Parts: sequence; structure tokens; C-alpha cells
Amino acid sequence: MIVVTKGYIYSVNGPVIRVRGSRDFLMQEMVLIGEEKLLGQVIGIDRADTIVEVYESTAGLRLNEAVVATGAPLSLELGPGIVGNIFDGIERPLTKMALESGDFISRGLKVSAIDEQKKWDVSVLVQKGDVVHGGMIFAECPETSSVIHKSMLPPDVSGEVVFAAHSGQYTVTEPLLTVRTERGEVEITLAQKWAVRAPRPVKKRLEPTMPLITGQRIIDTMFPIAKGGTAAVPGGFGTGKTMTQHQIAKFSDADVIVYIGCGERGNEMTQVLEEFSDLIDPKSGRSLLERTVLIANTSNMPVAAREASIYTGVTIAEYYRDMGYHVAIMADSTSRWAEALREISGRLEEMPADEGFPAYLSSRLSQFYERASMAQTLSGQLGSVTIIGAVSPQGGDFSEPVTQNTRRFVRTFWALDRSLAYARHYPAIDWLTSYSDYIDDLTLWYDETAGKEFMECRNRFMVLLEEESKLMDIVKLIGSDILPDSQKIVLEICRVIRVGFLQQNAYHAADTYVPLEKQLRMMQLILYLYDKAKTLTDMGIPMSVLRESDVFDKIINVKYDVENNRLDKFEEYKKAVDEFYNKIHSEQA
Amino acid sequence: MKSIEYIGLEEINGPLVVLDGVSGAGYEETVEIVSPGGKRRIGQIIQIIGERIVVQLYEDSTGLSLENTRTRLTGHSMQIPLTPDLLGRVLSGTGNPIDGMGAIYPEKMGDVNGSAMNPICREYPRNFIQTGISSIDVLSTLIIGQKLPIFSGSGMPHNRLAAQIVRRASLSGADDTPFAIVFAAMGVKNDEALFFRKSFEESGASSRVVMFMNLSDDPVAERIITPRAALTAAEYLAFEKEMHILVILTDMTAYAEAVREISSTKGEIPSRKGFPGYLYSDLASIYERAGIVKGKKGSITQIPILTMPNDDITHPIPDLTGYITEGQIVLDRSISSRGIYPPVSVLPSLSRLMKDGIGEGYTREDHPQIANQIFASYAKVGEVRSLASVIGEDELGEADKLYMSFGERFEKEFLAQRRDESRSIEESLDLGWKLLSMLDVSELDRIDKKMLDKYLPKKG
Repeated sequence: MIVVTKGYIYSVNGPVIRVRGSRDFLMQEMVLIGEEKLLGQVIGIDRADTIVEVYESTAGLRLNEAVVATGAPLSLELGPGIVGNIFDGIERPLTKMALESGDFISRGLKVSAIDEQKKWDVSVLVQKGDVVHGGMIFAECPETSSVIHKSMLPPDVSGEVVFAAHSGQYTVTEPLLTVRTERGEVEITLAQKWAVRAPRPVKKRLEPTMPLITGQRIIDTMFPIAKGGTAAVPGGFGTGKTMTQHQIAKFSDADVIVYIGCGERGNEMTQVLEEFSDLIDPKSGRSLLERTVLIANTSNMPVAAREASIYTGVTIAEYYRDMGYHVAIMADSTSRWAEALREISGRLEEMPADEGFPAYLSSRLSQFYERASMAQTLSGQLGSVTIIGAVSPQGGDFSEPVTQNTRRFVRTFWALDRSLAYARHYPAIDWLTSYSDYIDDLTLWYDETAGKEFMECRNRFMVLLEEESKLMDIVKLIGSDILPDSQKIVLEICRVIRVGFLQQNAYHAADTYVPLEKQLRMMQLILYLYDKAKTLTDMGIPMSVLRESDVFDKIINVKYDVENNRLDKFEEYKKAVDEFYNKIHSEQA
Repeated sequence: MKSIEYIGLEEINGPLVVLDGVSGAGYEETVEIVSPGGKRRIGQIIQIIGERIVVQLYEDSTGLSLENTRTRLTGHSMQIPLTPDLLGRVLSGTGNPIDGMGAIYPEKMGDVNGSAMNPICREYPRNFIQTGISSIDVLSTLIIGQKLPIFSGSGMPHNRLAAQIVRRASLSGADDTPFAIVFAAMGVKNDEALFFRKSFEESGASSRVVMFMNLSDDPVAERIITPRAALTAAEYLAFEKEMHILVILTDMTAYAEAVREISSTKGEIPSRKGFPGYLYSDLASIYERAGIVKGKKGSITQIPILTMPNDDITHPIPDLTGYITEGQIVLDRSISSRGIYPPVSVLPSLSRLMKDGIGEGYTREDHPQIANQIFASYAKVGEVRSLASVIGEDELGEADKLYMSFGERFEKEFLAQRRDESRSIEESLDLGWKLLSMLDVSELDRIDKKMLDKYLPKKG
């Protein structure tokens, strides 16, 4: 006989309830609360009470209502049907919720994460008698037109196949295999369950050596992120965190994108849904939605589910990594998640650390970012999870706890700057305070793939921009007219770099996504112009003469005028630079 | 269900009262508390600890005593009456009529807390509202279904600006969907409330306005309910009666301070500047109630007004608001003191939704680029001005001097407009081109050649 652990509500305080009447609840166990069977999770047990956080609104809960244990921690259903779908923070599909409760979300909805009726076109890859091990891929089915779903054995199931279904049409609940393990026979279906807070195992973690190519110049060239790496995008409101995340989600060369809208605006999720279904993935030629999983826990949805949404997202990402895919997670915004931690911690009356955040903020952040990995999966494939987290610092002040703690665990830092955003210089990534710690790891890849010149050009750009920043300190005090021409040319070329290269227009068809080759050609062209112009100023020709030519503005417009498929046009621009040089040179000589 | 009455209280602490021996109380349920003098008050259960319940009153606790106070559980959460007849009425912050025009006969009752809109049922807002104000229409365009706050400071003309937007918006009916205004005053001065009433009357909109009034001398706790009551009415009118609703919430600073006051009475752990850690979620539960539902004709556009304490945009209230709303219109004291109305601070003002609601097919094809260019050029004006303040205007180079005069004229001609002046979007855009033509063409690096050729006025 199964004894069900059952208690009753003793107190209610926001999303936190205290339960009495049983001492048998387990830590992290999922429980069902009250008549409506609201979902909750045990987050603490003390002498008198079991403390539960509730993933739905607690309005209307009463003293002594029943709380029933489920015996399992909060788990996700992992199987085909996840990609292309939109879920709330605890993996309930919003489309199905809309069917049940209309335009507004009501409570206590019981909907399964993945469609249990749908038949998938399954190819079974193992036979009776095969010896299989945990993590091995035993079946495949096309999940969307972009993603083949590879069903894996749960990591703890190894043994001999005693039954294997034939390839054909199956739902996620129909048994496909029976495996004889040491613990007895186990039935395997297309789907499996996984506890949301537990990282999925891999065979071996590998060093990140490949960049995630995003088509965004300032990222790919100046501050690249590795596949399997971590990045933070901090910035005050209006500086373009969400835009940056959207651009990466659209154009990066990941196989699967998990987009977590954590405590953000509802309209933003609507926008992602609309835009992504219209946009075409440059790699596969299919709709972007066919490779995207959306997790939407908007700012007005329950705070405990917001806390869980980050883990939901990363667990789904790990699941697709284990199939051998490169997955990128956009978490927008991790600050809202930290605030959810703070709110729950406050309700528990825990001792606060900085600014009311709990003392475990930094360990939670590190647990999250450490789930990014480049790995050899249990089935021997190469897969990765890249995490890009937006941070919304209070008052735009990067010294606040979430930004500071995040900084310790990420290796790429794209600092968004308010004054760049005010001048509508987007992406407003500040090239002086941002950094990428992956440059050394990735140099070999860039050298082999994009050519040795790529990193050389990039480094020259960095040197020029550093110099510009020093010169600007002087200019702010005395104006630019007094500078010698050798410095004026640095300012002028840096204007070209800033406007013509670093700034990128997400709404311009030719500029929204730029392949590496064009990035390199643009850098080469700008530096070519610089070298030529510098020769002229070194000869004593004043900048005012150089400025009479429109060549600088012409080069700035290369980003719009040279389409990604017309890189041959660069030759004309090189000629234009030569003409500019020859003309002035001959006039002055 | 027959309701039970409890007699007596355990504790009274400002707007919070504690009762013991209560069974069957629901979390966030509304209770009625009647003082020995017979005055009836409404409150909400905010904590249950065994048989002890903590109730937050929406009115003040004057006259309550531990003995002889009667408490009744209503069995439901806070509700307000809903009917199309709300239009033209003036209600208290908790939804009781205070205009002496008699009781309201509700078609239904609505829970003030609402529910979260399912993101997949939202329609992405795309249609622009012409406010007739150049700095808003061109640079931070208001879109139907948007939440666009005005960040202001005490003594700046935010009320006048809001009234002007309302007046103009009510005229520009894009389709035949009826238009109405829901106005929520939270902790505003009597004079300000009068100003709005008068301005609605003058524009002939009074019969299409629902006003929820919690003035600065009204109970602080009622302020928590006021915006929620107003938005409940707005949701009803927008999504059940299919109307375009413009919601004015003023002043959100007073609202957030009320949240802080109650939080500190409850003894909660403060985060920044004494505000509770959940202020973000709390504000979001208000601001997120704007938008458009797929398949419905109506919409809710929100213009919350907040006065930035000490004009500080990094103060938690404007800061958290800016993270939730879809942009902001920031007013600037130094522009205001130079007599420029409306004193919109161009650079920090932003409309996140404008990118999808402007340009060809919406306003005019040149709109995105010219807006971008004005931002870039005006940012440069700021740099030149700070340089001029160090080295003196005379020492500036020629190009920089042009920027100085561009900045000057831009503020006087583009930003400034008469209080009753309404410019069409074409007029505003043309004005922008005229001013940009002061600068050297090579400085206009945000506009492509095609647009320059077509729209830039020729010099001379």
C-alpha cells in the first residue's frame, strides 16, 4: 500500500506557505495544495513546519486546506514537441492554457507539457538483444523541420534490450523499449522526466574552442563568446539588452535557442513569437521558431515560477545538448530571477546580505552559469550549452550585487552604456569596459577559419579605440582643433570604426546580420584607409585637406552599401581609397 | 454561505489589524470591519498564521478599538462594480461613487487584482497615436496599447502635458472603436484633481471619463487599490465593451511610497531606499495590465505619471518603472526653466514600440532615420555644449559652432510649442528636416542617401 504524505496549511504569506500535520515531506518535493491543487515545492523543513513555495497565486488559500506530496521533485517532461513551443516557468504550454482559460491565465490548470496525443514518425535505432547504456540514443523522430529529436535512455538505465518496437508512428506515452537492468525491467518511451534543478550528466567537459557566431560585429570581432561559454549583458533600462538578446537568438549559429523571458514584458514575448515565426533561419532556411523554445514568465506572473523558469530553461537546453546540438540560452533577465529569490527569502525572514538579497545569491548564480558547457555527451557526441544572461542593474549602477556576482561567473561581459544608447548608437556595447576572456581560447579557431589577419585587425582596432579614448579626455578639455594632425587622423578613423563598424542597424536588411568574411573585409578596408591617410598626414598634409574628400563617409556606408552576397564590391572601395590617396598625394607633391 | 462575524481585535498598528481565532479565512480575501461607532471599512487579509490573520485596511484605523469591533469575512477578494455606466462617474479609490449621482448598478463585479494576460493571446501593438506634440510623435512615438510613462518632477508641467495628450488622442479616432479615458489619481493634490476634471470638461470628454480619486489627504492604504480598481474598469471597458481606453495613473510615486509605508508597518526587510524587494513585481502587476488582446477591438494604453524624487532617474521608482514600461518620456527641469514647453528631455526619452509603428505604411518612410539622426545630432550638441562650457563658445571649431546653433533652434522651434498647438506628424517631420539642414550633410550619417536626396531641404 502506498502511503501518501499529507499535511494541512498552517500559514500563508505571499507565495510561501507553511504546512503542518506531517513530518514526512521531502526537501525539493513537489506538492499539490488546496482544492485547486496548486503546484508547489518544499523549500525548507523545520521542527514544526514544512515550508513550501507555491508556483501559482496563493489568493484564496485557507487554513487547514490539504497539502499532498507527490513523491518527486519538480520535474520536466522532456520529449518531442518542446521546440517551437512556448511554456510558462514550470513548463506548462501557454497555447494549451489559453484553450483552457482564455486570454487571461487562471490558476490550478493541469496541462501536460508535451502533447500526449500526437503521433511522431519514429525510427527505432536499437534491436532486441542490444546492450544499451544510459544517455544512448535509441530512437529519432523529426520534431520540427529544423530539429531531429533524438530520444535518449535516461542516464541511469543500462542493460539489455528485451523488447524493441518497430519504427513507426508513436506517441510520447507508448513504450518503445524494455530494458533489463540490474534493478529489473524498465519501460522506455520517447519522453523522459528530469528534476529541474539537477544538472544532466555528460561524459566529459571539454574546453571551449569554437565561437558562437552571432553576425553582430562588435560581438564576433571584438568580444566573442565561445560555444559552451557564458556571457552577461548588463545595462540600465533602454540600453538595448533585449534587442541584443533578440539579435543573438535570431542570427547565432546555434542549433537550438532557448529564450527565457524571466520577469519581463508580455509584449516582448509576443514580439518574439511574431517575429521568429516570420523570420527565416539563415542556416536552415526554415522559420526561426522551428529551432526556438520560449519560456515566458512575465513580470506579472507568479514570482516562485519565475524563480523556477531559469532552471526550466537550462534543463531543456541540456537535454538538447545531450542529443549533440549546440544550444544557446538567452535569459532575460537574471536580475528579475535574483529578485524572485530575494522576495522568497524575505518571506522566509532569512538574514539578508547586500541590498536585501539573500547570502546565497552568488552560489545560486554560479550554479546556473556553471551549467553552460561544451561537452562530450553520454552518447559520445559533441554538444554545448551557451548561456547569455541579461542583467538589469538598479539605477544602471554596475556595482550592485547581481551585476557584481554575475561578473565573477561569466567570461564575456558586454557592458551596455547609457550615453551610447542616448545617442542611439546600437548595439550600445561599450568597447572600453566590455571584455571577452575567450580571445585566447578562440584565436586558433579564428586563425584557421577566418584567416590570421582577423585577430590582427581586431587587435589594431582595439589599440586605436583605446587611443581615441585617451585623446577624447583631452578633447573634452581643450577641443579637437588644437590636436596635431597625427592625432586628428586617429579620431577620424575611430569615427569610421564606431559609426561604420561597431554600430550596427538591426532594422537594415543588409546590416542586421553580417558574416565573418564581411566583418574581416570591413576591418581591412578601414585599416587600409587609415594607413593611407596616415601616410598623408605624416607627410605634413593637414587633416582639413583629407576631410574634403567624402571617402570617410563612403567607407562608413559600406555596412549598408555592400550586401552580404556582394563582397566583390570591396575592390571598388579599395580603389576609391587609392584614388583618394593618389589625388591628394599628387596635388601636394 | 452564511458569513460569520468575529468580535474584537488582537492588535491595531496603523492600517494593519490582527485578529485571532479565525477559521476559514482565505488569503487575500476581503473583510469588512465595523467599528464600535458603526463605520464600515474594507480590508484585505495579507497573512494567515494559524488562526491569527493580519488584515490591511484600505481606510484609516481611526475609531477602531480592540473590543466591540466586528469583522466579517466576505468570501471573495476585493471587487468593484462594473458597468458601461461607469463612464462619466467619479469614484473613490476603492470604487465607491463620490459624485453624489447615486449608486452604481453593476452588470458584474470584477476582481481588482485581475489575472496575467497570456502572452500568446496578446497582440503586438503597432498603431501610432498622434499626440500633436513633435517631440513625442517624432522621437518617442506613442502606440495604441503601449505603456509609456511620463517621468517628471514636482513643479513641472506633466499634468498639462498629459491633459494635452488626452485631448488630442480623443480626437484622433483611427477607427470607429469608441474611445474613453480611465483616470486614477493616487495621492495627488486637490488642485491637480480639479485641473484634470476641468480639462476633461473643456475638451468635452467628461462623459467618457471614469475617475478614481485617492487624493493626498485620503487614506494611504486605499492608494494600493486605486490603480488596480481603475485598471479593472479599464479591462472591462476595453476587452468586454471593446473600447480604446487611455489610462492615466498619477502619481505613481505616491503609490510606491504607500507600498513602502505599508511594507515597513508590516516589518518587512527593505531593499533599496526602504522600498520592499517586491516593488518590481508589484509595479509590474499594474503596468502589465496594458495591451491588446488578439481578436478584440479594444485596447488599454497607459500613461502613468511619476514625479522623480529629487529629479533622480536612478531612484528606485523611476528605475523599476523604466524596466517594466515600454519606454518613457522624461521631462527636464533646466529646459522647463528656460520656458520651453513641453520640456521633454530628448535623449533619455524613448518609446520601445515605435520601431514597429513608424515608417512606411504607418507614419512616413523617413521617420525612423530622421528620428535616429536627431538623437545622434542632439547627443553631439550635448558634447559640444560641455566643451563650450570649458573653453568658451568662441574657441569652438566651425562645425561645433553649427551644432551649438542647431541645439538652440531645435529646442526653440522643435521642442517648444504652444499649449494649444497641435502639429501633424508630417509637419513635425518636415520641421525636423528643416533643422537638420543647418548641419553639414556629412554630419548626417544616420540617414541614407536616398532619403537625404528626397527630403533634405536644399541650402540657400
